[in-house]
Amino acid sequence: MKGSINARLALPVLSLAVLIVAVFWLQPRAMSYVGINLLFNLAVPIALATVAQMIIIMVNDIDLSMGAFVSLIACITATILPGSPLLGVAMLAGCVLAYAALGALIEARQLPAIVVTLGMSFVWAGAAVLILPSPGGTSPGWLTAIMKSKPPLVPMAIIASVVIAGVAHLIIMRSAFGVRLRALGGNARAVSRAGRSTVMLKATAYALAGVFAVLAGMALVGLTTSGDANIAIRYTLLSIAGVILGGGEFTGGRVSPIGAVIGALTLTLAGSFLSFLRLSPDWQIGAQGAILILVLAARLLVRQAEKRP
Amino acid sequence: MTLSETKAGAQPAPVVMLQGASKSFGALKAMDHVDLSVAPGESLGLVGHNGAGKSTLVNLVTGLFAPTSGQVVYPGAADHAAAGIRAISQEGTLCPNLTVLENLQVVQRDLTGWGWRRLAARRIRAALDAVFPGHRIRPDMLVADMTLAEQQMVEIAIGFADGPVPARLVVLDEPTSALDASIAAELLAHIRRFCAKGGAAIFISHMLGEVFDVADRIVVMRDGRIMADRPAADFTRQGLVDAMGHVADEDHQPTPAALARVLGDKSHAILRTPEGIEARKGEVVGLAGLAGHGQAEALARFYLSQRSDWRSSARPRAAFVAGDRRRDGLMPVWSITRNLTLAALETLTRHGLIDREAEARIGADWQRRIGIRTPDMNNPILSLSGGNQQKALFARALATSAPVVVMDDPMRGVDIGTKTEVYEMIRAEAANGRTFLWYSTEMDEIRNCDRVFVFRNGAISAELEGDRITEENVLAASFEFGEDAA
Repeated sequence: MKGSINARLALPVLSLAVLIVAVFWLQPRAMSYVGINLLFNLAVPIALATVAQMIIIMVNDIDLSMGAFVSLIACITATILPGSPLLGVAMLAGCVLAYAALGALIEARQLPAIVVTLGMSFVWAGAAVLILPSPGGTSPGWLTAIMKSKPPLVPMAIIASVVIAGVAHLIIMRSAFGVRLRALGGNARAVSRAGRSTVMLKATAYALAGVFAVLAGMALVGLTTSGDANIAIRYTLLSIAGVILGGGEFTGGRVSPIGAVIGALTLTLAGSFLSFLRLSPDWQIGAQGAILILVLAARLLVRQAEKRP
Repeated sequence: MTLSETKAGAQPAPVVMLQGASKSFGALKAMDHVDLSVAPGESLGLVGHNGAGKSTLVNLVTGLFAPTSGQVVYPGAADHAAAGIRAISQEGTLCPNLTVLENLQVVQRDLTGWGWRRLAARRIRAALDAVFPGHRIRPDMLVADMTLAEQQMVEIAIGFADGPVPARLVVLDEPTSALDASIAAELLAHIRRFCAKGGAAIFISHMLGEVFDVADRIVVMRDGRIMADRPAADFTRQGLVDAMGHVADEDHQPTPAALARVLGDKSHAILRTPEGIEARKGEVVGLAGLAGHGQAEALARFYLSQRSDWRSSARPRAAFVAGDRRRDGLMPVWSITRNLTLAALETLTRHGLIDREAEARIGADWQRRIGIRTPDMNNPILSLSGGNQQKALFARALATSAPVVVMDDPMRGVDIGTKTEVYEMIRAEAANGRTFLWYSTEMDEIRNCDRVFVFRNGAISAELEGDRITEENVLAASFEFGEDAA
């Protein structure tokens, strides 16, 4: 098992390393406590959203509402949570429950998740605008304090990324609970033959994804200190790309939480790298896509080479 | 049945009892009033041809379905799980993305909390060591990285592994299909040890040698009923094959092509596949054998080799009739006419557009010729009954000019009236010089063929022609007699 995990992680780690070296080479001043924190700061919410997306992909679905949902959470966190914490917490919990209900609905009615979540993305986006019609709000003090804290030696962004990867790995890869969820993606019939409810399991998976998405929205507000109904729209595609970059696959429940976090870091870094190259922002999205295609092509080649012997 | 009753009197209560159990799927009666009980320590061999009801019986015993009528009783336990009934199926119930020990967790619910990995590893390692001494499987290996044989070994080990409820009856459905002979022998030895220690087993295999090796009682099924239930020692191999088949053998008329060949026509085969299937012009060639022994794959390979991956042709060299309608055949939201003309579309286009009138004409023509029962061919295809849907798919293939029609068990779940009509159609088309490659799991259909290739383990085990196409010969070639393979 160790061998296969390492092989799966080799490429994500390598692409991240190559990017880090390239960034440091272009901008040696980034090689410092503050520099690294700045580089990876915004990776923390993306990493959380990527883990959330990974859990959905793990059960053979895909979530096209991730960006809108994280934006909604950001709006709740920036407007309701500071003023009335109880109501705020209740609303966030309600969002998680809504995710669980979606999962149950998708499995019970055998609906395509891609359609359901696409539809829900408009619901989330509408709710976000209702809560926060124009950009603004404030971050709860404690949240900003955590997100902007400066621990000695290692920047917060790195510590947070390691903690996210570690916790997600423990839950998804090591616990009996995570095994059941991954089994659903691997062979749903085996799961139902073993006498377990696939509806229940899928609801649980969606709820867990909802928890990580809520954390993503909160972390984002902690960093930006204000909310906006469109703040995380890019997260939908970033999170899917992060999962795939991190060695996950769209079907079959084959995912890697550590890889997903590394994928999120790589994507964030790719943005900075392109800025350091002084590429006009108009081209950045295209260039980011090109990097993604490059890594995926490399992965395909590695896979084919593995299969041959 | 008297035998097992006297047995039950002397021994402890049976693990499972079927009492007049029947199971229907719609109009199809898969199992008809079956009485059966399996006592601890008993090793039961279950044999029968395709559709005899073996799988249904297994699924009733393992609690996957409830019987339509009658009952399945687990004396002393509430349900199959509490009774210690384990199923090892042939269709693969492992999750390839999990490790061996994680797969055990999927089945065994008590593996939770701290240290569950260590417990799971211990259980699965113990089971693997007991069944397959000298195996080289580690509990933390990923199933997707293992060979097919190793995966099968893991599936078997999970079936025998220690758990919250110990295994009391293990049902093995073709467990040796992916194993080589020495590993299979280890499994058979383990089943005998398991039964000697008071466990019970139901063993299904197409290798009759294995069944005789392991079973002390053999049950023969046919058409959803138990035809024979006797100690293994009372059966001979020939007797077993005879019990599986029908006695009556209706005669069938050969096609003109077959007649001509009997009269000395030495024309060459127009098609030959790497597996060794041969067919001449106007012949109806059958592919027989137990389901899943490579027939469908051979057909698919042949069909795909006959056509381009890139463009379709107005003169295809082969046409395909799907057996699994929903997966391979129907366009569910299209009308009957559009479904029917799909394969012949290239002949209906003018300047790149479809000639609607010609399409409607072909639709009406085939409705009349093959008898699709609908008031309007523009109705959606799903408005038809299953049999009529299948007719439309037949018409789709026949409406092309393809000289070869490939049929992948197309009559699955079709009523007898439709079958007869389609058989007539096939004979008429064969007389016009079309060649049919026909994979079927049903004996009456195989007897409609001029020549039959019986498949076993992915290869042809027998070629039968004319009078030699009997159920007995097909059965004999489908099942393996151990060392003296037919």
